[in-house]
Amino acid sequence: MTVTTAVAVPQRGGLARFVRRHGWTIGIYVLLLVLTLFWRSQTTVKWGPFDVQSLVIDALPLCFAACAQSIVIISGGIDLSVGSMMSLANVVSAKYMLHMSFDEAILFSLAVVAGAAVVGAITGLTIVVTRVADIIVTLAMLFVLGGLALAVLQVPGGGAPVRFQSLVSVDTVLTQWFPAALLILFGSFALLWLTVRRTRPGLALYAIGSNRGAAYLAGVNVKRSRILAYAYSGAFAALGGLAFTAASGLGDPNAGGIYTLNSVAAAVLGGVSLLGGVGGLIGPIAAAFVLTLVKTLMILRGVDQNYAQVIQGALIVLVVMIGGLAIRQKGKGS
Amino acid sequence: MTDSVPLLEARDIAKSYGAVQALRSADLVVGPGEVHALLGANGAGKSTLVKVLTGVISADRGAVSINGTSVRISSPAQAARNGLAPVFQDPALVPDLTIAQNMRLTGASAAAVERELRALDLAVDFSELARDVPLPMLRMIDLARALAREPQLLLLDEITAALPSDLAERVFTVMRASRERGRSVLFITHRLKEVIASCDRATILRDGGAVATILPEEGGEETIVEYMLGPEAARAVVSAVEKDAGDVRAAPAAARATAALEVTDLSVGRVRGVSFALRSGEILGVAALEGQGQDDLFAVLSGQQTPASGEVRAGGHVLKARHPYDSIRAGVVLVPADRLQALLPQRSVRENIASPRYNAIGRWGPINMRDEGRRVREAEEALQIDTRAARQVRRLSGGNQQKVTIARWLANGFATMLCFDPTRGIDVGTKRQIYALLRRLADDGAAILFFSSELAEFPLVCDRVLTLFGGEVTAELAGAASDEASLLRAMHGLADTEAVA
Repeated sequence: MTVTTAVAVPQRGGLARFVRRHGWTIGIYVLLLVLTLFWRSQTTVKWGPFDVQSLVIDALPLCFAACAQSIVIISGGIDLSVGSMMSLANVVSAKYMLHMSFDEAILFSLAVVAGAAVVGAITGLTIVVTRVADIIVTLAMLFVLGGLALAVLQVPGGGAPVRFQSLVSVDTVLTQWFPAALLILFGSFALLWLTVRRTRPGLALYAIGSNRGAAYLAGVNVKRSRILAYAYSGAFAALGGLAFTAASGLGDPNAGGIYTLNSVAAAVLGGVSLLGGVGGLIGPIAAAFVLTLVKTLMILRGVDQNYAQVIQGALIVLVVMIGGLAIRQKGKGS
Repeated sequence: MTDSVPLLEARDIAKSYGAVQALRSADLVVGPGEVHALLGANGAGKSTLVKVLTGVISADRGAVSINGTSVRISSPAQAARNGLAPVFQDPALVPDLTIAQNMRLTGASAAAVERELRALDLAVDFSELARDVPLPMLRMIDLARALAREPQLLLLDEITAALPSDLAERVFTVMRASRERGRSVLFITHRLKEVIASCDRATILRDGGAVATILPEEGGEETIVEYMLGPEAARAVVSAVEKDAGDVRAAPAAARATAALEVTDLSVGRVRGVSFALRSGEILGVAALEGQGQDDLFAVLSGQQTPASGEVRAGGHVLKARHPYDSIRAGVVLVPADRLQALLPQRSVRENIASPRYNAIGRWGPINMRDEGRRVREAEEALQIDTRAARQVRRLSGGNQQKVTIARWLANGFATMLCFDPTRGIDVGTKRQIYALLRRLADDGAAILFFSSELAEFPLVCDRVLTLFGGEVTAELAGAASDEASLLRAMHGLADTEAVA
């Protein structure tokens, strides 16, 4: 009878529960808003649509990298090859798109994304079949894909059709405050992620990250789900590489290097638990903007680049710590 | 007795983990519309057999057929397709998903599950995250999900082990209902009374093989125990316990005067103003229904929690433990119900037993391996730990794991041992060994505080028994007088049992 009383779970209001469950995501968007307002107050020339556009261009590759990393972390793994995959997609697209028409370039981009998903799936398959830890296999893939990128293009070069570049760097939708790059970001997010998020395969990704044993006992195909997570990671990383091609108009075999660890930072800052099973992609996307904006602010204020990194690292620890304390405090209250 | 085609037939199942042969050659036949018990001592191979049947692990050898057709079950999903629905002791619900999402994940219809829950007289908010739902309730949801699949065979693996009695009762109702509808249940438990009350037949495993299939009502508990342990072992253990029990009555522990543990007016969590004294050489029982403050009491004494008010004295000195380390240094040690909470599962038996020795900073530097080896061996021998799988503690059976947790403290010295449900999920034979061991420790001067969820253990183990209700001590009974009926009344806070012995 003691249990029956505990069973009568109070039906909390929908809004209160939404805030309780998505507090972290809401927090990171508030942080982004505060930083944006601060940014605006710091600019000497008039702050306008152009600034928004340049921030989005800057942040776009990291946004995709954050998505790639978050999906894998949610499923209980980690992908150290995100950056190399981005480099590879970047150099392959820059090398072959140079003389293509716009339509051909778009088709080719889709092929690159599909190819990257297959490579990601192979990474996942290797992990599942060999039973070698995620971190080791993806570390190996970091070298393999990085090497391939160098084989495709030894020095920065190549290019992309002007029309293709302007998709990310110039175009806006409806108002000049809304860059087309954002539409591409949210379009791919909706198409690739929202379509599966609430379906059985999507839930399975969360399940295997949350408690792999329970998921297995519940009849989830753990192996297939792990492979799926890495396929997603490959696809999103390729989108990041293509975004880099469009934004910079060139292929650079070392372009992706910085994104591997930054993607982990964005995932964590965006509310994805490194233990797996918790978080989404909406938070990490905002976190990618926050990280990019912090960098922009440092440059704006003339902070030494080396100290800028120190400050960025400190910020990550600080935000995650405050978030953790807030959650623990809430746990005590209820 | 089942002349028709059996629902489930498993023949000659074998499975080894490295050098340890968990199943040698096990047979199991479950007929249609039958409630069948699967029994055996810890390490007899029950869990392994269930895991094989449900596709969690694959057998090295053997054949399984369902309704006469031979099947290969290589994953839990496949077991489900074959009409087998298991409910494990650890619920197969993913903590970070809501209950509704968990149902969707497994393709269970939320409406059907809700209907089953309502039939069990339970109300659940499906939009709650599984991690926010209490464990006994998760187990019931898992059961409801299994029932919603309308399985031919429901496998219940020790589901009642940690369920409060009212929920356990509902599980028995489910078993009876299944039988009436012509469906079968395979029921794994350590509680023999449940078997005799609810099961049609019982298969008993010993050392990885099926020893017998019997009608539990005819044989009774002692027959089952005899099959589980082998005839000689059963007699030896029974007489040892009887002898020990006799000793208790012969030499009342009150003879020893020193208080090893003195609790005065302690309040914390649900505990309100509890006072008692535990003397050296005495086993003091704590009996309580689920959630009456026993968890908080043990947490405070073992240093995991600081009390709101009151005083604890250990060995005459005030104990203000801020950390388990403080309690251990004061000689107060804990044996928890969940063995894996206390052990280093990946490490060897020896390291586990020796680990508390490395607490003190003064012990830095080279370890005296010879001294360690001697102490560990002594503890192993005293407790008859089966060390066949000694390289990794997680490979030991539950009973042997529990012995290792006790052996740790035995090898390192202590004054007071807090045993919180130490025999949970342990077989009858090992249980009796543990009773005898606790008595021996007490005879050697140890003070033991003993909580158990099984009332039958109190008269076997304890000198005195305190009952907690609503965080307060409601009664004190003499060990010999702590029969189930008196305990139950006192545990429900009924005043007429204030007959202090």
